[in-house]
Amino acid sequence: MAITVNIPALLARHAGGQRQHVVAGTTVREAIDQVTRDYPEFGKRFTEATLPGNEFVTVYLNDEDARFAGGLDTPVKAGDDVSIVSAIAGG
Amino acid sequence: MTTATLSPPELVRYSRHVILPEVGLAGQQRLKGSRVLIVGCGGLGSPVALYLAAAGVGHLGLVDFDQVDASNLQRQILHSTSAIGQSKLDSAEARLLNLNPYVKVERYETRLVAANALEIIQGYDVVVDGTDNFSTRYLVNDACVILGVPNAYGSIYRFEGQASVFATKDGPCYRCLFRQPPPAGAVPNCAEGGVLGVLPGLVGTIQATEAIKLLLGIGRPLIGELLLVDALDMEFRRLKVRKDPECPACGTREIQELQDLEVECAVPEVKKGWDISVLELAERRRAGRDLFLLDVREPHEWEIGRIEGAELVPLGELLRSLDRVPRDRDVVVYCKGGARSAQAAHLLGEAGYLRVENLLGGILAWGAEIDPTLPRY
Repeated sequence: MAITVNIPALLARHAGGQRQHVVAGTTVREAIDQVTRDYPEFGKRFTEATLPGNEFVTVYLNDEDARFAGGLDTPVKAGDDVSIVSAIAGG
Repeated sequence: MTTATLSPPELVRYSRHVILPEVGLAGQQRLKGSRVLIVGCGGLGSPVALYLAAAGVGHLGLVDFDQVDASNLQRQILHSTSAIGQSKLDSAEARLLNLNPYVKVERYETRLVAANALEIIQGYDVVVDGTDNFSTRYLVNDACVILGVPNAYGSIYRFEGQASVFATKDGPCYRCLFRQPPPAGAVPNCAEGGVLGVLPGLVGTIQATEAIKLLLGIGRPLIGELLLVDALDMEFRRLKVRKDPECPACGTREIQELQDLEVECAVPEVKKGWDISVLELAERRRAGRDLFLLDVREPHEWEIGRIEGAELVPLGELLRSLDRVPRDRDVVVYCKGGARSAQAAHLLGEAGYLRVENLLGGILAWGAEIDPTLPRY
């Protein structure tokens, strides 16, 4: 099942510079894990950024915050977008 | 919000608004009676202030403590070349009053901090967050939640932008989306980020639009939605932002007092005696002392200019590239301003390097004090 994982510029530089990754997976977590397997540094940064008390990235399944849609174990289907949205502060 | 009477010249000035049924005379009078606080007169604050002044928002509060620098002018369209070196508030006030003498500008020439935020924000109808750092963004959010003042939020990084409206009566706040600010060093913010100059124009005009909609009570403001702007692909996406019942600001309301967070430019503590000044480095080089000069900036910064004899290993690659950094020589690390190099010195220390020093002030200080031919950026 082709799922698109969208990665913000901040993390894309640790994921081969690509902001979009087409992966396979049955849950949000599996989709992200696919990118993590290919780019361990991205995985490390993503894990750090989602630790409790340190949550400055939020994961979306399509246009819903995954936390309110069942968390990272929410099932995904072909054509879904998983987006990692990072806090940015420039002004 | 109050309303104010419009003079005949003002009616002419605002006629294209007045003939819009959604604005009308009553709406324009409402704008004139409105108070908007713009926090930060930089990339985002520039278009926000210009459009809100042009639109006839009667009272604009401006918060900034900085001076206009040549490197601001690629995006901060409120300021001009002739204003380089002036305070941003002097420059902004002059420009705004020249654009529209019917608006009042109130100046707050200070950094927004926990001790003054509530006092400054209180009494405004809308706050526009155009700051450039996480500390102030969280402070603006928390103060707006405590006071119940809506926050037209925008932020930018490289080619990406975000906009939303937070802290309305029933809507979510910034902490519902991102509970905590990132730890120091996790998000490049001070030095190496870079931003497309026109991007704050795109995002700032969205913030100004939202502020006007909030003041007039028209349309559907971005409450409960995050607009993501991607200038490279010119994509705009809307994501839902839920009000989080566990949010410490607007959910549980644990946050009752403001706190200053020193997150972005904070750097890991470098061991005592690990700092070196540019004068001392220059002296050692003149004396022919052996040292390994390590530049931990990004390749595009290296292209702009470098200290002669340095080797480039960007901070993000440092731990994978330790074989390029000798353990048996004195190592001096530098970056643009000294923050990333302090992190690098810390990492090298943890990796067992014993002779590492961090160049205080980075290549900017080297350019200012030793080699004036180096371009500033």
